[in-house]
Amino acid sequence: MRIAIASGKGGTGKTLVATNIFYILSERGEKVTLVDCDAEEPNSKAFFNTKEISESQVIQKVPVIDSDICTFCGKCVDYCSYNAIFLLHDRRIVRVMEDLCHGCGACLVACKMGAISEKEVSLGTVSKYSVNSESTIIEGKMRVGAYTPVPVIKASIKKSNNSEIVILDSPPGTSCPFIHTVSSADYILLVTEPTPFGLNDLKLSVEIVRDMRKPFSVIINRAGLGDRGVYNWLETEKIPVSMELPFNRDLAAIYSKGEIVSAVRPDVKNKFEMLTDSVLTIWK
Amino acid sequence: MEIAVISGKGGTGKSSITAALATLAKSAVLADCDVDAANMHLIMNPDIRESFVYIAGEKAVIDYAKCRSCGLCQDYCRFDAIRFGEGKYEIDEVSCDGCKLCSRICPAGAITMHKNDKSRMHTGIYRYGHMVFGRLEPGEENSGKLVAMVRSKAREMSEKSGINTILIDSPPGIGCAVISSVTGVDRIFIVTEPSLSAFSDLKRTIELIDLLGTRMSVIINKYDLAPHVSDIIEEYCREKGVEISGKLPFDEEFVHSMVQCKSIIETKPDSEAGIVLSEIWKKLLNEKIRKQISTIN
Repeated sequence: MRIAIASGKGGTGKTLVATNIFYILSERGEKVTLVDCDAEEPNSKAFFNTKEISESQVIQKVPVIDSDICTFCGKCVDYCSYNAIFLLHDRRIVRVMEDLCHGCGACLVACKMGAISEKEVSLGTVSKYSVNSESTIIEGKMRVGAYTPVPVIKASIKKSNNSEIVILDSPPGTSCPFIHTVSSADYILLVTEPTPFGLNDLKLSVEIVRDMRKPFSVIINRAGLGDRGVYNWLETEKIPVSMELPFNRDLAAIYSKGEIVSAVRPDVKNKFEMLTDSVLTIWK
Repeated sequence: MEIAVISGKGGTGKSSITAALATLAKSAVLADCDVDAANMHLIMNPDIRESFVYIAGEKAVIDYAKCRSCGLCQDYCRFDAIRFGEGKYEIDEVSCDGCKLCSRICPAGAITMHKNDKSRMHTGIYRYGHMVFGRLEPGEENSGKLVAMVRSKAREMSEKSGINTILIDSPPGIGCAVISSVTGVDRIFIVTEPSLSAFSDLKRTIELIDLLGTRMSVIINKYDLAPHVSDIIEEYCREKGVEISGKLPFDEEFVHSMVQCKSIIETKPDSEAGIVLSEIWKKLLNEKIRKQISTIN
């Protein structure tokens, strides 16, 4: 079973929820994998003592144009949907802007002169870490300066084993990185906070997961702050709330230090135990 | 002058701080570049003047009356977006990157590209000036391009209105949308908070801005939630030669202001956070004046 922990808004507590569910399952000795899909800014691993098992590069191909063979006809520029090839026909100049290239290979097909070959560039890494004999963390990490984390996210999810429990810590937002993560999940937990920003972004995420026809429920983090907007909307929409976590300075401080809140606070652990059980029941 | 407010980690307070700076500026063009989850309009409540359609790339569509199931499209697709299932080849819309290659090589001419035309950009007037914000249709691609469009509209509005200050509220992360939000700006504020997660994100953000070479400084928000971690962040910034512009305490007033559609400068200018933000703005104005003097000289 794959459970994605997601939210449109950043900083609502996705990683907090993902790491605590993972902590509870690994404590129970379940076979569980946590995949940190926030490849732009991965953070989950820092909450655990881990041992690296493997690291692999995520590769993309980019074209190399041989200007001795090139006739500067401009067909590759035509074929490129990403404006990644710059050409000045009269001055016989052609350049590949690697940062804009998506590696689709269209220019290679376009060039009838055989002037284009390809080289490999790294978009980032996927690393696997063990926490104990049954539980592992997979972390996708985009190279700083790369244009998209999506290939790294896809590679990270691919590395996880579908037969066990997989927790996906999703990147924020509602665009491609988020979609790629939640589209591979069987169940989605949307984390929000009871503020106007939280509500606005929650509505966007709900729209998407409904479109995808995925089962989901909502977690309200920092309950007690803000207003009733989120609660009223959830009630009107008949969306279930699977957990509420109150705001308090003590919890924020524990999390800030990179500690698992459930390991320190039995009352919070109890909440996460109940959450984990209820999600697993839906599956079974 | 274009000023971008960014943060690697989400939820550190970018939008609340940008709203406060916009209030302090008295007149500004606000560009909400968080096109995935734009929020600034919730505080500024602009009167919408214009809306534009943004074409967020294209998706391939197969015409099964023409498709001969040769599978060539699948061989050429590098995004794993074409699958064979239930006796036919199918496009996985989530994975399709819109490169058009399949539509070009299909020997039966069965594949056409359909434009994603649900994304929008809006401009409007709010109480301190003009604002522009984007709304990327969920799941559509090329958020970086929409950000570029929002920014060029903001510059156009700045020229027309004579309001020189452009404030950019940027999306979280360090990917294309962020790069597009900050490329070529004059000044960057990085908002962070005292947690190890935010610290790790801050390091990657500083690394990215170093690549661009833009002048940056850091604002530590909610520093009192974990003063010890805040110290570690300050120490790191000192070592890296990155200035700390100010430290704001955790203040529920930020949330209360948001609920009332206001910035903290409008509701509680005398709070500690309000005073620190005013100082940050004053320092920025001095920087601007110094820069002007040095250009004259």
